Amino acid sequence: MTFEPADRVDAVPPSGIRRFFELAEEMDDIISLGVGEPDFSAPWAAREAAITSLERGQTSYTANRGKRELRERIARYESDVHDLSYDAEDEILVTAGASEALDLAFRALLDPGDSLAVVQPCYVSYVPGATFAGVDVIDVPTRVEDEFKLTREVLEESGAAEADALVYCYPNNPTGATMTGDELVEVAAFCRENDLVVFADEIYADLTYEHDHTSIATLPGMRERTIVFNGFSKAFAMTGFRLGYAMGPPEAVTAMNRVHQYTMLSAPTTAQHAAIEALDDCREEVTDMATQYDRRRKYVLSQFEEMGLDCFPAAGAFYAFPECPWDDAGEFAEALLQSKSVAVVPGTAFGEGGAGHLRISYATGLEDLKEAMTRIADFVQ
Amino acid sequence: MSSRREILDLLRENARYTTEDLAHLTDFSESEVESIIEEFEEAGVICGYQAVVDWGAVETEEERVRATVELNVALDRETNYGDIADRIARFPEVTSLRLVSGDYDFDLEVEGDSMREVSHFISDKIAPIPEITQTVTHYIMESYKEQGMTFDDHDDDDRLSVSP
Repeated sequence: MTFEPADRVDAVPPSGIRRFFELAEEMDDIISLGVGEPDFSAPWAAREAAITSLERGQTSYTANRGKRELRERIARYESDVHDLSYDAEDEILVTAGASEALDLAFRALLDPGDSLAVVQPCYVSYVPGATFAGVDVIDVPTRVEDEFKLTREVLEESGAAEADALVYCYPNNPTGATMTGDELVEVAAFCRENDLVVFADEIYADLTYEHDHTSIATLPGMRERTIVFNGFSKAFAMTGFRLGYAMGPPEAVTAMNRVHQYTMLSAPTTAQHAAIEALDDCREEVTDMATQYDRRRKYVLSQFEEMGLDCFPAAGAFYAFPECPWDDAGEFAEALLQSKSVAVVPGTAFGEGGAGHLRISYATGLEDLKEAMTRIADFVQ
Repeated sequence: MSSRREILDLLRENARYTTEDLAHLTDFSESEVESIIEEFEEAGVICGYQAVVDWGAVETEEERVRATVELNVALDRETNYGDIADRIARFPEVTSLRLVSGDYDFDLEVEGDSMREVSHFISDKIAPIPEITQTVTHYIMESYKEQGMTFDDHDDDDRLSVSP
């Protein structure tokens, strides 16, 4: 007997990031702009709540759906900040990160052989997640000339009308693209006309700089066909707590919870205590961190402009997505790492839609960011 | 849209930002940044630029001693808090002076080259001022945070070098 990966596992290639991760790990003193997580620590009040919960011995499982108190706080936060209205009783599911919530949605709401339209370039887990669920993927490649926004034209050209569901992330990882409420109207119309379920990954919603974030679930006729995903990793800088949530109609959340209760049982208890405090008391820190990212964003965009490298105006998350001056972005990223010790990620790591671009994360202190941009400018020139 | 206040926040964060840096970090042009800073300086909003020093990390044989001093004062018809503050603030040894609420009136910070020097300053220069009724001196043993900056906060970046 030997262990062979199952076919659906074998069908998923290693992450495109892995090679850069390995190269970067071998080097000392690199400045990494390849990190997709905040450089801030979680707000102190949230950390202290986690410590206190441990001191009190609150270390047992919680309800499968998550602590009732946390779901109520999430409902209030989403109502206050994103104009979304969900019932804490049966429309919110607390998960181990938004990634788990997406995995649950793929497995609980789609059947093997169903198809999922994936807006690209995209977070690295969507396509593998669909493959693990036995779901076919329809690529929906967004275009730089549209500033990587999702349009009706792109949806029609890609054949998304044939899909059962659509998954996207705005503000977007890796491009930093955002979509306004007006721009989402035609996407919503397309989804209604073609009876598509929408998986809206809004993990970066609070990191939207040029306009207010609008959830597609707030548009007419969309709440009943949308699952909204969010979590504490990005805006609250709580990546290591592994805490996210999904919001949607009761029947969808119940189905997702059925998978969740047999796999995860419940999200980490300590993290749930921290999250209650974060939602109660740490909104100011979220605003402060967003202000810092916005400053860095302006800085990075201005530097690319000075270098003469085309970089569309990223308006959300903490990524810039400039065009790569070389034909092969992978070769460029490797050479930059070897000669200047700066790590960036080639756009192809996020699907073919990212070809010809680099993902630059500005979740890095300004001093390091300045040094890194100077080195990139040297390298390019 | 950036506000003028943002320039102050950024300079508080790092007074060494150049006007070019500040222009890149905000929506202002370099010339706008220059004129905003000039206005703030002229209006006395920006009073100066200083480094935040962790004296404990300075490798030197010279001792640098700091103390906070609680002062109680008795006012009369001729003298108010401002008069006393004017007199105390003139001493170069005094690095900060605040009127506070609570058990004492003034909160004073004093710097010197030795404990002896600081002690003599308090006993020879401050205590004899007629309106001062009591002084309580606290020598600063160790400083962990100054002006919003934490010293030795072990915040090394241990994130993955590359991540999704």
